[in-house]
Amino acid sequence: MLLIALAICSLGILQIYSATHATAFRSAWMKQCVWLACGLFLMWILARVDYHNLLSQVPILYGITLAFLALTLVVGSYVWGSKRWIPLFYGLRFQPSELGKLVIVLLVARYLSEMRSDRLDWRDLLKLGIAVGIPAGLVLAEPDLGTTLTYIPILAVGIFFGGFRWQHALMVLLAAAVLLPAGWVLLKDYQRARLVTFLDPMRDPMGAGYQVIQSKIAVGAGGMWGEGVARGSQTQLRFLPAAHTDFVISAFAEEHGFVGILVLFALYFLLLMQIVQNAQKAPDRAGVFICMGVGSLLLFHLLVNAGMAVGRMPVTGIPLPLMSYGGSSMMSVFAMLGLVNNVRLRRFGS
Amino acid sequence: MVRFVHDETYSGAAKVAVFQYLTVAVFIFLLVGYWDLQVRNEGLYNSKAQQNQIKSLPMPAPRGRILDRDGRVIVDNHASFRLVLSREGLRDDHVEPIARGLNLDVQDFQARVRRFQRRPSYFTIPVKEELTSGELAFVESHRNDLMFPEMELIKSQFRLYPKDGIASHLIGYVGEISEAELNSQEWANHNPGDLIGKMGVERFYNDTLTGIDGQRQVRVDNRMNTREVLGMKPAVPGKDLRLTIDLDLQTVAEMALEGKRGAVIAIAPATGDILAYASAPGYDPNLFVGRMKSSELKGLLEDPTKPLFNRVIQSQLAPGSTFKPFVALAALESGAIDENFSVHCAGSATFYGRVFKCHKKGGHGTVNLHSAIAQSCDVYFYNVGRMTGIDTIAKYAQMAGLGKKTGIDLPGEKEGVVPSSAWKIRTQREKWYEGETISVAIGQGAVTVTPLQLAYAYSGLLNNGVWMRPHILDDGHPPQVDHTADINPLNLAKVLDGMCAVVNEGGTGAAVHMSDIVLCGKTGTAQRASNDLLKTKLGEEAFRDDAWFVGFASRENPEIVVVALYENGMHGPLAAPIVRDVIKAFYDKKARQKQSGAPQNLAAAVRVPGSDLASPGLRSR
Repeated sequence: MLLIALAICSLGILQIYSATHATAFRSAWMKQCVWLACGLFLMWILARVDYHNLLSQVPILYGITLAFLALTLVVGSYVWGSKRWIPLFYGLRFQPSELGKLVIVLLVARYLSEMRSDRLDWRDLLKLGIAVGIPAGLVLAEPDLGTTLTYIPILAVGIFFGGFRWQHALMVLLAAAVLLPAGWVLLKDYQRARLVTFLDPMRDPMGAGYQVIQSKIAVGAGGMWGEGVARGSQTQLRFLPAAHTDFVISAFAEEHGFVGILVLFALYFLLLMQIVQNAQKAPDRAGVFICMGVGSLLLFHLLVNAGMAVGRMPVTGIPLPLMSYGGSSMMSVFAMLGLVNNVRLRRFGS
Repeated sequence: MVRFVHDETYSGAAKVAVFQYLTVAVFIFLLVGYWDLQVRNEGLYNSKAQQNQIKSLPMPAPRGRILDRDGRVIVDNHASFRLVLSREGLRDDHVEPIARGLNLDVQDFQARVRRFQRRPSYFTIPVKEELTSGELAFVESHRNDLMFPEMELIKSQFRLYPKDGIASHLIGYVGEISEAELNSQEWANHNPGDLIGKMGVERFYNDTLTGIDGQRQVRVDNRMNTREVLGMKPAVPGKDLRLTIDLDLQTVAEMALEGKRGAVIAIAPATGDILAYASAPGYDPNLFVGRMKSSELKGLLEDPTKPLFNRVIQSQLAPGSTFKPFVALAALESGAIDENFSVHCAGSATFYGRVFKCHKKGGHGTVNLHSAIAQSCDVYFYNVGRMTGIDTIAKYAQMAGLGKKTGIDLPGEKEGVVPSSAWKIRTQREKWYEGETISVAIGQGAVTVTPLQLAYAYSGLLNNGVWMRPHILDDGHPPQVDHTADINPLNLAKVLDGMCAVVNEGGTGAAVHMSDIVLCGKTGTAQRASNDLLKTKLGEEAFRDDAWFVGFASRENPEIVVVALYENGMHGPLAAPIVRDVIKAFYDKKARQKQSGAPQNLAAAVRVPGSDLASPGLRSR
């Protein structure tokens, strides 16, 4: 599993180098290497501590996370109209919502594993919903719709594995159908614009739709075999926006073509299957929930980010795990892989 | 199979399988997305990618310069930036902010963009010429993929005319082709946005002056910075034009006309070279370059002094007494009078029951041909005209080139009128009355000429009956004979000797007599309103007489003939100093050249074209 993750990271670093070598971000690939090292260290730590110990600390972790998220709203630095980061020393920034992912994985695992039943009733659902809803609400207030959405699959997969009733699922869907229009009203203008753009990118070719159009052009221009490292015209001439962060996969697709995408997806698929395998071999329910929570989170990230690059998902600013440039994302993914490893290490029972 | 330790869940394995299927589904969904773009529609996205990064930029060819006969630059170019909008990516809601950013009238500009919508999309829309540094800053800061990527800066060579104009009517100006011109035959092979010569030499020799635009294919990035030049078709500059104009004489002529309305034209009779060509008041052709504000244009058009009117070839006025030598020649050649014919002038004479006055109230006494020309005696020419008859006068006037276009290489020339009995029947369906001949004999009545025609007509007489085609372009070809006429040299000498007497024997032009140069000439005072009452009581300047003077030098070797028209200048003699100045400048220059052996740059000392520009470094050539 580590090897696969490292392979994906190397492709990511290569692509970050290729996309930024002629820009002001030309040192990004080196930073990413540093983040990778930090991530590996974090992974090692999280694999060593027994996850049962971690689970017992969930209330404290949860409290810390909420505090950080609240702090973000107060002292967070404004970047592109939203407060997502808490500035640290040396210009480093910390994104508490990434910590939130980890904590919610643990929270869901703990809550569901403590119920000695495979059937959830309304009260459980409501409690769990509120427990996840509070941090989600804080993240949404930043505003960061993308990250908020990533919390949902963790919860959904947890409930799915925790035991759910079809009636509940139906009622949740029904409630969603009612709440969605209400949510539409509550969305910020730019978020609404992004959704509209997703549905009809040509409607606003120079505004919100621009990113999608340029991304599709970059991907499509790559063709079957790609244009070669550091030779993708759209990436190199910077028509592709955020070519080393949110749209790193578009840059990758342009320079390595469909074949490159196949290789990349194969790696991600293997990684996910490894995680699923760990779930199957987990010593207890909590381990299953952790693995499946991490798996569902990564799958969701992949779906939304890679789907957005080809115009099949709305632009939400969700990074591609292990590839997109960014320390918080890198650390949180490796931390979660550390959790999965943790479960794996204890597969033979305590 | 899957084994769950500590687990009572019966469906755990099935649920994992569900997740696995879900994963597979997600991957298939994504792969279909990439397949669709990268394999199925690769060509489409490749061409879109090319559209993003490859731009064809026009490289405007510089227009040829315009030089005087000594090779001095009259009209030059200077490097400037032109902003155009490419039509791909142009959106309606960009029009207004762009117009505002460049201080353009929003409505004008919107109308402009709309006009271009009917054209194929590869035509770019010219927005503004000669961007200022502020406007350049606006363009540079907004010309990226997120703001207005349709803005394209083009380095172009821009027309630079002498400030306030030198020979502005002769040279004309360039401007953007108008909708009406696009639909006309003359400009059939031009495109919207083209700069064309609108007047004068700029228009007549537009094809020579215009080069062939080049094109540059470049790869750009999202800030529209050029990263790589892919292909280049260099522009072919337009050819320089050398005119027959002598800037020294031109300058003198324009200074002599300053503050007046009128025209000066100087021709070398032996070649037909136009040496000076001035029409006053003038205008600054630089106003027309770029996009003129409609208010400025309106001001020029509605100015009562008509600064845009090209008086040299378009002003058709009665020639007054400058017509008399042609009448004299017609009479002598046709045998209507002989050289000894004389008349007693008592200040007026009666023909056909009507009294015709002479300009001298007391009369000239007995005058013969020589003194009648010298004193410009009207009564003498009334008699000569009556004896010669209108159709003979018309024949010789037409022979001299009056009453029709001279064929000068300039657009917009007018014909003037040489009346005859046939002309009257043709135009007015009336027969000619003999009384009208009396007026025509002194250059009044229906006869009208342009200053150019008058100079041209005299140039043929001075050239012993050979009329050289008047021309403005000095292209190195030998001068062309327009037409010739058999004129008895004795008769011609009589007339020309009379003109010498005008200046040198105490005639009407005695005031401009020069000791060193034998200037000959003829004054003319042409009435605008026949009623003397109108002239004095209303005192309207517009009805005052026009003053003419035609002068040449020398008598033995006529090298230059100059016609000056001083509109509403009251008396012919008032136009004479203008001619004298030009002819004096001509001979002064000859004398200087003889001394130094090289042409002197008198014009440079007076007014150098382009010297008023703030930064001469801008000039490209």
